[in-house]
Amino acid sequence: MFKLTINQTVHAVDAPEDMPLLWVLRDEIGLKGTKFGCGIAQCGACTVLLDGQPIRSCVTPVSAVGAGRITTVEGLTATPAGRAVRAAWESVDVAQCGYCQAGQMLAATALITATPKPTDADIDQAMDGNFCRCATYKRIRAAIKTAAGVSPVDHRGDAA
Amino acid sequence: MSLSRRELVLTLGAGAAGAMVLSFGLRTQAAGGGGAALGNYVALAPDGSVTLLARNPDMGQGAKSLLPMLIAEELDVDWDRVRVEFAPADAKRFESQYAGGSLATPDNWEPMRRVGAAARAVLVAAAATRLKVDPAALTTAHGRVLHAASGRSLAYGELAADAARLPLPDPKTLKLKDPKDFTILGRSHIGVDTPAILAGEPIFGIDMVLPGMKYAVYVKSPVYGAKLVSADLAAARALPGVEQVFVVEGIAPPAGAQIGLAPGIAPGIAIIGRNWWQANAARKVLNAVWDDGFGAAHDSGVYDRRAAELLKGPGEVQRAKGDVDAALAASHRRLEAVYEAPFLAHLTLEPQNCTVSPTAAGLEIWAPTQFPNDGRDAVAKTLGLPLEAVTVHMRRCGGGFGRRIMNDFMVEAAVIAHRAKVPVKLLWTRTDDIGHDYYRPGTYQRLTAGLDAAGRVTAYDTHAVSFSRDGKLVDGGEIDLDAAPGHLAETSRLRRSLIPTIASTGWLRAPASNALSFVHESFWDELAHAAGQDPIAFRLAHLRARLGTPVAPPTEEGEPQYDVRRMIPVLELVRQRSGWGTAPLPAGVGMGVAAYFSHRGYFAEVAKVRVAPSGDWKVETVWVVGDVGGIILNPTTAHAQVEGAVTDGIGHMMTAIRFEKGRAAQANLNDLTLMRMSAAPEVDVHFHLTDNPPTGLGEPALPPVIPAVANAVFAACGARVRTLPLTAERIQAARADGVKAA
Repeated sequence: MFKLTINQTVHAVDAPEDMPLLWVLRDEIGLKGTKFGCGIAQCGACTVLLDGQPIRSCVTPVSAVGAGRITTVEGLTATPAGRAVRAAWESVDVAQCGYCQAGQMLAATALITATPKPTDADIDQAMDGNFCRCATYKRIRAAIKTAAGVSPVDHRGDAA
Repeated sequence: MSLSRRELVLTLGAGAAGAMVLSFGLRTQAAGGGGAALGNYVALAPDGSVTLLARNPDMGQGAKSLLPMLIAEELDVDWDRVRVEFAPADAKRFESQYAGGSLATPDNWEPMRRVGAAARAVLVAAAATRLKVDPAALTTAHGRVLHAASGRSLAYGELAADAARLPLPDPKTLKLKDPKDFTILGRSHIGVDTPAILAGEPIFGIDMVLPGMKYAVYVKSPVYGAKLVSADLAAARALPGVEQVFVVEGIAPPAGAQIGLAPGIAPGIAIIGRNWWQANAARKVLNAVWDDGFGAAHDSGVYDRRAAELLKGPGEVQRAKGDVDAALAASHRRLEAVYEAPFLAHLTLEPQNCTVSPTAAGLEIWAPTQFPNDGRDAVAKTLGLPLEAVTVHMRRCGGGFGRRIMNDFMVEAAVIAHRAKVPVKLLWTRTDDIGHDYYRPGTYQRLTAGLDAAGRVTAYDTHAVSFSRDGKLVDGGEIDLDAAPGHLAETSRLRRSLIPTIASTGWLRAPASNALSFVHESFWDELAHAAGQDPIAFRLAHLRARLGTPVAPPTEEGEPQYDVRRMIPVLELVRQRSGWGTAPLPAGVGMGVAAYFSHRGYFAEVAKVRVAPSGDWKVETVWVVGDVGGIILNPTTAHAQVEGAVTDGIGHMMTAIRFEKGRAAQANLNDLTLMRMSAAPEVDVHFHLTDNPPTGLGEPALPPVIPAVANAVFAACGARVRTLPLTAERIQAARADGVKAA
C-alpha cells in the first residue's frame, strides 16, 4: 500500500511496487490527464511534477515516489506559474491533437518556476524532452514566453 | 440526406465534459422536455442552448470545431452558446464521416451551412405562425427570431418544439449568407475540445473507461503475415493481474487487400488483465514462436540494391507525352539524378487503442479512428455480425496523420472483447505501434531532363521505383505526377518498376506528395542552377509558359487539377515576404524554394537553413504562402495546421524506417530522430485569398517544405543531398562531391 500525495490530495493505492507511476495515476487512481506515449522516457507525454521537478512517470516506479508531492495536469492551476501556463496555452491556442500538451504544460511550468524569464535557449533545453507529434513547437515557445511575460517574438534566427 | 426531423437528440449532463448524445431515434413525445431536434445535427434546449453534432473525427485538424461552426453561422446562434458532440458512426444518417485528404473543408463548406440554414428556416416558419406575420418579415440573430416592424422577438428555445414538427425544407433551395455577413466564420475560435484538453479531462480514445472494464494487449509477430507456431500461455496466465490469455486465429483479408482496410485480423495472443501494465508485463513470458522465415528476403539493403538494378532498366511506361528520347537527344544540356525517400512511420503520439463492450445485440465500440464507418463494417464482417449490431462512437484521436484510416486496432479489440465476454480496452505499446504501422512506402526515382540553350526544360523523364503487394502497387505508393513540376514540360514520360514487399503500407499526411515533392522539386532546383537561373525566376518562367494551356478538367472523382494561374502569385508573394535575394546571407546559411500543388492547395515556401561545418543543419525560418480559396474559415486553426505541417515535413526529413528480416528495425522512439523543440523553425504563414471555394489545410503545406529545405542546404554549402533522411554524413559526402564536380 502506497500513500501518494497527488494535487494536494492523499491517495492510498494498492499496487505492485514496480508499477510505474503513470499506470497508477491513470488506471488505479483514474487521473487520465497524464498520457502514455513510449514507456521509455523519450516523449514526455507522461511528464508530471515531483516536488516541482518534471519527471517521466512512465519510468518512475510507484515505490520511488515516497512522500514527494506529485502535480499532474489536473492540478496544474494550483500555482501561479501553472495558472499562467494554462492561460497562455489557451490564449495562444497551442493544442492541435492535444495529446502531449499535459506534459508540455507541466514541463513549461517547471521551467518558468525555476527560470522566470526564460530565453530561447532555456526553452530549447527545458522542452526538448517533450515531443509534440503535431509539431506545435512555435506556439509552445510563444505560450511559454507569454506565461513568463517576455516578448513572444522568436529571436533565434536574428543572428544571421 | 435523410432529414428525419422527428428523431430526437437527448443531451444529458449539461456542461459536463463527458456529456454524450444518447438515444438517437427516440421520438419527440419521449423527450420528457429535454429538447427538440431539427434534423440530424441540431438540437435545441428550452433554455436556448444549442447542441450541434460534428460528423467527422478530430485528430487535431479541427474538424470537430469547424463543421459545427459552419452550421452555427447559418443558424444564427452565438458560438459560445453552442455545445458540440461527435455524431455516432452512422453512414446512413451522416453520410461521409472521415478524416483524410484535407477534405473536411471542401466536403462540408456547403452541406453543413445548408444544415444550419434549414434549421433556421423552420424556426423562422414557427415564429411566423406564432406571431402571425409573413416569414419574409422576420430576421434572425443571436439565437432569436426578430420581427423588426413590431419589435417583437422569440428565442429559438421557445420555438424549438414547434419548429421540430415542421418539415425541413430541401437544403438545396435555401439561400446562404453572403460571406461578408459572417459573424462566426473568418474569426479565430479555439477548438471545442481545447478547454477539456488543457484541464486533462478524459476525452481521448485511450482515456475511455467502462464499468467492469479489463485491459488487453495483443501480441503479434513483428513480421506482417506470420503465423503463430507456439507460445507459453500458461506462464502468462500464472502472472499476477492476468485474467485471460488466449490465441486468436488470424482471418486473412480478401486477396490483395490489407488487414485494417478490409475485414480480417492478424493472428496473435490476447492477454487480458485487471490493469494494462500487468497485462503487458505478461508478454515477456510468452516466448511466442512465429513462422516468419519468409521475412528474411525483405530487408532494406536488399530493396536498395534491387532498386539500383531496376533503375538501370527501362521500367514500364505508364504514360508519355511526345517523344522524350528524341527531345533528350536534341537537348542543349542533359541532367540526370537519382533520388530516394525512405519508408516512414506515422507515430501518432497516442498509441493505437480501442474500447469495446459486448452487448446483448453485439458490440459497442469507442475508438480514436479516422474512418469510423469502415471500422464498423470491418468489425461486423470479421465477426459475422449484422452491421446494426455494432455501434461505434468516435473518440478524440491523439494524432492521426493517416494511420487511423486503418482500423486494425478496432477489429482486434472487438474480436478480443467478443471472445472474452467482458468490456475490454486494448492498448498497443509504442513498439507495437511502430512494428505494426502502415508505413509510407519508400521510393527511388531516376530523373532525366533536357534543357535548351535558353534554359527551358524540353524533356522530362521519370523512372520511379515503388513497391507491390500481390502484384499490385501498394497502398500509399501512388505516383501522381500531375502535381509535380515535371508535368510543366511538354514532353514527358513516366516509367515505373515495382519491388514486391511484405510490409504493410499506407497513407502518411500528404501521401505520395510528401515524397514526390522532394524528388521533383529538388531536381527542378538542379535544373534551375544548371540553366544558370534564379530558382524562383526559373519556376515562374515555366509556369508562365503554361498560361495559354487550358487547365485539365477535374478527375472523375471531382478533384480539381493544377491551375498554374494560382501558383504564380503565391511564388511571387513568397519571394517578396522572404526577402529572397535581397540581402547577402552569412557563410553556411542558404535559402531554398519549392512550390507544390496538392490536396487542392497551392503552396510556395522558402526555407532558410544554417549548415554547420560538421554538416549539422537547422532550419531557422520557413516562409509560407498558400492559396486555399477566398476565406480562411478559422484563422487560428488554419495557421496552426500550416505551422504544424511545415514543421512535421522537416521532421519527415530526419528519420526513416528500415527493414531487417521483414520487420522494422526501429522498435521505439529512441531508435528514431524526432522533430523536437530545438529543431523547430520559425514559420511565417500568409494566405493569399482568391476567388475560389475554401479548401483544406491538413496536408498541402507539407510537401513543399521538404525540397525547400534540401534546396536551401545546397544554397548554404553546395551539398545536393538526393537521399533522405538528411543527415550530417550525407551533407558532408555531398559537399565533397560538389567540390569534385566544381
